[in-house]
Amino acid sequence: MARTSPVTDWAVDFDVLDQDYVADPFRIWDDLRQRCPIAHTDRRGSTWLPTRYEDVTAIAHDVDHFSSLEVAVIPFDGEEPEDPVLPYGLPPISADPPLHTWTRRLLLPWFSHARVDSYEAMTRDLCISLVDGFLGHGQADAAADYAQQIPVRVIAAILGVSDSHADMFTGWVRDVLEFADDPERRVRGVEGLINYFLEEIEHRRVQPGEDLLSMLLHSEVDGVPVEESVVLGTAALVLIAGVDTTWSAIGSSLWHLATNLDDRKRLVAEPDLMPFAVEELLRAYSPVTMARIVTKDVEYAHCPMRAGDKILMNFPAANRDPEAFEDPDKVVLDRAVNRHVAFGSGIHRCAGSNLARMELRVALEEWLRRIPEFHLTDAAEVTWAGGQVRGPRILPVTFP
Amino acid sequence: MKLRVDPLKCQGHARCFALVPELFDVDEYGMSSVKGDGTVAPALEERARLAVANCPEFAIEEINGAAPAS
Repeated sequence: MARTSPVTDWAVDFDVLDQDYVADPFRIWDDLRQRCPIAHTDRRGSTWLPTRYEDVTAIAHDVDHFSSLEVAVIPFDGEEPEDPVLPYGLPPISADPPLHTWTRRLLLPWFSHARVDSYEAMTRDLCISLVDGFLGHGQADAAADYAQQIPVRVIAAILGVSDSHADMFTGWVRDVLEFADDPERRVRGVEGLINYFLEEIEHRRVQPGEDLLSMLLHSEVDGVPVEESVVLGTAALVLIAGVDTTWSAIGSSLWHLATNLDDRKRLVAEPDLMPFAVEELLRAYSPVTMARIVTKDVEYAHCPMRAGDKILMNFPAANRDPEAFEDPDKVVLDRAVNRHVAFGSGIHRCAGSNLARMELRVALEEWLRRIPEFHLTDAAEVTWAGGQVRGPRILPVTFP
Repeated sequence: MKLRVDPLKCQGHARCFALVPELFDVDEYGMSSVKGDGTVAPALEERARLAVANCPEFAIEEINGAAPAS
């Protein structure tokens, strides 16, 4: 994916797709926080990269200056269609109030604590069957054979679409998020998702079910039926946001446990730590970076931000800020003070955060219950995706 | 000890509810509120402090004395 020239100074010419950044962004953030906490680049348009907790959360809360109308970290550099199928993008994530407010209210009850509890048994059965599939082999790709297989199937069940298409969904989502600098793949992913959901919407017009997609399609807001383009965008969002992200968190957590023997032993010996460990692993390996677009010229922390500039919402770096977390680069499984913003901050807090937490917890519980001892087969084989979502994509592990 | 959730700050991360369900309620939109008048039984004080220390929106306030913050 080396489509751009190497970075010489991260403060003025950063590139989140640079292989050094994808492999180990932590040292780069540490350096930037000390000498230039908000970096800038003109690669892919004028873009700012805050690295401190205080800055990232302040920008997230200032929805007046920093709009969510463009949340893609890598801007699309192909031709935009003249008559877009998704005029509102993927609400509520790509919307500001008021559209954000009512589309979010449609989604939230599907991801409430109570509702997420009802998805737990299905998630656990899924994890058990996946482990059954490779337990006897003594080795597995913890990313591709396990982490990647879980969230996509849970989300498919919630949306009411067949999980037999799981690999196809995963392919489209990766095209959109991980290969965003390749216009051909990005278009393929977007078109695949749109055409698939358009067909599913037609089925549900005739035969509505009890699923999220049917609910969206038959919702009225203030007495007016929700437009099809909003239904389409919201359904696509649920799939895009619910797959790559959580799978990355599960994969990063398993990578951590494969490479940190003491933490793995402790978590196996003290299962009550799991809820705290989940939060700590989310903090230390936050997968998601979002973007905002500057609505009007503003000087923030001595940075002259111009209307149209992009801000990368560097939640992963905020979560490693020593001003906000004691010993931030150390994973402390029972960390007591943990105001991490892995799910964002402010009005765009991840709508699926309860679901993601449950999936990560159950995935780790079921893995550790059956595979308490495991290690990387070969560290050199591990690959990471980065940019909008960071997590391992190839993660071969060996177990007795 | 007495707590209050600032409804203008709460964004539904639900960390407080996950940590101390005895003290907090959460609605179907994820918004948290204290149960009853927010008074914390002495046995729950340590966990209540944990809830305060894990709210990413700094939305949980400790109310000292009888008069709640407006």
